[in-house]
Amino acid sequence: MRRILKRLVVLGLICLVAGLYLTRPRTYGAEALAGLSADATRGEQVFWAGGCASCHADPKATGDAQLVLAGGQRLASPFGNFVVPNISPSEQGIAGWSTLDLANAMHYGTSPSGSHYFPAFPYGSYAKATLQDIVDLKSYLDTLPPSDRASEPHEVGFPFNIRLTLGGWKMLFYSDAFVVTGDLTPEETRGRYLAEALGHCGECHTPRNALGGWNRTAWLAGAANPSGTGRIPNITPAKLTWSTEELVEYFTSGFTPEFDSAGGHMAYVVENLSKLPESDRAAIAAYLKKVPAVE
Amino acid sequence: MKLLGMMALAAGALMAAGVALAESPFDGAVGARKAVMQLRGFSMGTLAGMAKGDVPYDAAAAQAAADNMLALAKINVMAMWPPGSDSASVTGTNALAAIWAEGSTIGEKAGAHTQAAKAMQAAAGVDLASLQGGMEALGGSCGGCHKEFKASQ
Repeated sequence: MRRILKRLVVLGLICLVAGLYLTRPRTYGAEALAGLSADATRGEQVFWAGGCASCHADPKATGDAQLVLAGGQRLASPFGNFVVPNISPSEQGIAGWSTLDLANAMHYGTSPSGSHYFPAFPYGSYAKATLQDIVDLKSYLDTLPPSDRASEPHEVGFPFNIRLTLGGWKMLFYSDAFVVTGDLTPEETRGRYLAEALGHCGECHTPRNALGGWNRTAWLAGAANPSGTGRIPNITPAKLTWSTEELVEYFTSGFTPEFDSAGGHMAYVVENLSKLPESDRAAIAAYLKKVPAVE
Repeated sequence: MKLLGMMALAAGALMAAGVALAESPFDGAVGARKAVMQLRGFSMGTLAGMAKGDVPYDAAAAQAAADNMLALAKINVMAMWPPGSDSASVTGTNALAAIWAEGSTIGEKAGAHTQAAKAMQAAAGVDLASLQGGMEALGGSCGGCHKEFKASQ
């Protein structure tokens, strides 16, 4: 009996070690960014397309204050509150980060110290961003004003606060494959990149299962608001029937065809989109028309 | 004793059902403020259509729409926004509780909208360029409030 018990314990330990090994945080090799050169002006476009300031700046900030990425916003979720960290170029932020560190964070959800990030940081979307865009973004982030605000720990309860378990989460749900596939025009392809990768629309608009993984067959079909009240709308062609012109107008001014205007977090999204070239807003509209309709 | 317990349970269940079935006491107020928003949307549509060149500029129609926007900014809406009629407490509204919170900037935001509506009222009937000049401030004052105080649907 004791021998069997002993063997079971050994087997359990082997499984645990193998599991931790298989789900260890992924990182790029040192040569991954070889040959890429940085352009901070392009990086600014990536910054607005990626919506970084919407979460990392003070929510009441306007104008240049939106460029102080001090963190501190609390993102409510069924697992607890995620407290957005400081990503300004300061000691408390990302001053010590290499471009490779940012690529590991955005593509693999891996921190410079080699631990898993919670997917409240939308690496499930940024995984589809090009390395060139990340290189450009890093050079732009380095030009922004520093803040010495210290990042706070997340307010997430047991067992979800164990970062090692996130390796299992990634194994189950992480994918860098685009959801909408098939024949796409260059404009629709650009729109898909902006919506699925940088714009991370799916993070709020796609429903999730009990463990927080996406239901990819209901892509952009609307979801419960993580803050607890109301719903994030279905933006597949089944429900979003606005014309391309109406969509572009909404992305530019925030006004719906009925002249209601965007509220809450979507108002920040519109502010970001309004800083992109009109061709990019039109590309997102074209992409939304290609998303499979889900009732 | 057992009977008493069952009666208490039944009474509790009935009361709970009554609460669930009762109409929100704020239905009237929520309906009224939505109607005001809809009237604003209608007049904004007239102004924005001309500003964007979707419809030809018509000084009289532009003036009427701008007059209406200012009239709507001036009506007393206090009774339509009773405390407790927020999206976490009642259904059918996207109004966030932050509107009524300590230190809320709602009054400031409403003031900015009234100022923008006044400027538009003076500009809309002059010519197309004047109307277009007032659009950013007026449209921005809608978003200024919604960004902070309206839930993303």
